[in-house]
Amino acid sequence: MKINPEYKELAWQGLWKNNPGMVQLLGLCPLLAVTSTVVNALGLGIATMFVLICSNATVSAIRQWVPKEIRIPIFVLIIATFVTCVQLLMNAFTYDLYQSLGIFLPLIVTNCAIIGRAEAYASKNPIKQSSFDGLMMGLGFLAVLVVLGAIREVLGQGTLFDGANLLLGQWATGFRVEIYQLDSQFLLMILPPGAFIAMGFLIAGKNVIDHKIAQAKPKKLEQAIERVRVNFEN
Amino acid sequence: MSELTPAISKNSKILALFAVACTATVALVQLLTEDRIEFQSQQQLIQQLNQVIQKDSHDNEMFRDCIIAPTGNDTELLIDVIYRARLNNMPTAAAIKTVAPDGYSGNIELLIALNIDGSVSGVRTLLHKETPGLGDKIELRKSDWITTFAGKKVLDKNDNRWAVKKDGGMFDQFTGATITPRAVVKTVRKTIDYFQANQKVIFNAASNCGVEQ
Repeated sequence: MKINPEYKELAWQGLWKNNPGMVQLLGLCPLLAVTSTVVNALGLGIATMFVLICSNATVSAIRQWVPKEIRIPIFVLIIATFVTCVQLLMNAFTYDLYQSLGIFLPLIVTNCAIIGRAEAYASKNPIKQSSFDGLMMGLGFLAVLVVLGAIREVLGQGTLFDGANLLLGQWATGFRVEIYQLDSQFLLMILPPGAFIAMGFLIAGKNVIDHKIAQAKPKKLEQAIERVRVNFEN
Repeated sequence: MSELTPAISKNSKILALFAVACTATVALVQLLTEDRIEFQSQQQLIQQLNQVIQKDSHDNEMFRDCIIAPTGNDTELLIDVIYRARLNNMPTAAAIKTVAPDGYSGNIELLIALNIDGSVSGVRTLLHKETPGLGDKIELRKSDWITTFAGKKVLDKNDNRWAVKKDGGMFDQFTGATITPRAVVKTVRKTIDYFQANQKVIFNAASNCGVEQ
């Protein structure tokens, strides 16, 4: 099976090169606020991904009928609708998780990654590609959330998957891993400064890898520099 | 009529159409999830009540037998709801949902269950914004501190054991967080005083809260 290069490019963009969390730095607010544990990160990541896919698909489906002048209010309407639906569904089916994520769910509306993708991609491309773009951007964001959540949870609490039962039900209680015992938690990592610091290291790490890749292909050095500039513009 | 008018009216029609469609979607989802959400919060309430009041001490449905915002003579105490436990129609205990307003970062919602003899049956923290890692030890998930209230009594008006150890009382404070446990202890104490003074009123008042039948 041959993968369509267009999809491959979308995946590459969303997951790495133009990652909404690490490169575009969109949606910083939820990114920093809820990543105190892996489970919270996973919950919000999945919710964001769901909203992103739905809003991208819808925006793309209606793109012919939306006049240019009023596209932004319509995008906001659509995104707000999906966020409200997600909120209601989580309230109904994952009540405990809803309680721990509750106040951050409405913040998905303000996540610029979503309206950014609607405007930059979905409003100009067919439904299939737009949905796929939503999926990949969502996955990229989810991955950053989870990695950040894991770092902060391990350093701050010494555990992993604490509270997995909130997301998956009682059977998942056993997922909790205690990596080391802390008499008192490492507060810095649990509070927002820890998120900023860990995020800084993550971005630095990504830049190091990009740099290594660029060095491994000296011929493409020029392109690599250009890529950095393009990222800033986005 | 300016030449812009047709465009404006067309755009506002489209916008209105989208607003209606989006509102309809939300309304539909709300309709579908309403019962389930109601059920979930009711389940959680029952679970919380069963945590603080022993099952064998009552045979009524506590979550249906409750009074909202009763007026007491102590205006400082912010009581939300009182759930009443009865065995063979005799009052045995009450669970009082109240707020400690003086936490380190705002209100701490508490569920305080008291036996008819004035002793504490159990206390749980329902909602708080205390510092993670320090003040959040009032959650049962983080520490069993909150269970140390069980069985405690206020001996008389000048009972000064109802304070954290730092203030000469009998309750532990947390390393780095004294304000939080102090606020909780103070509110539990005040609630007991209120309960003792108003037992008759509390148990005789007609149930007025509403899990609809």
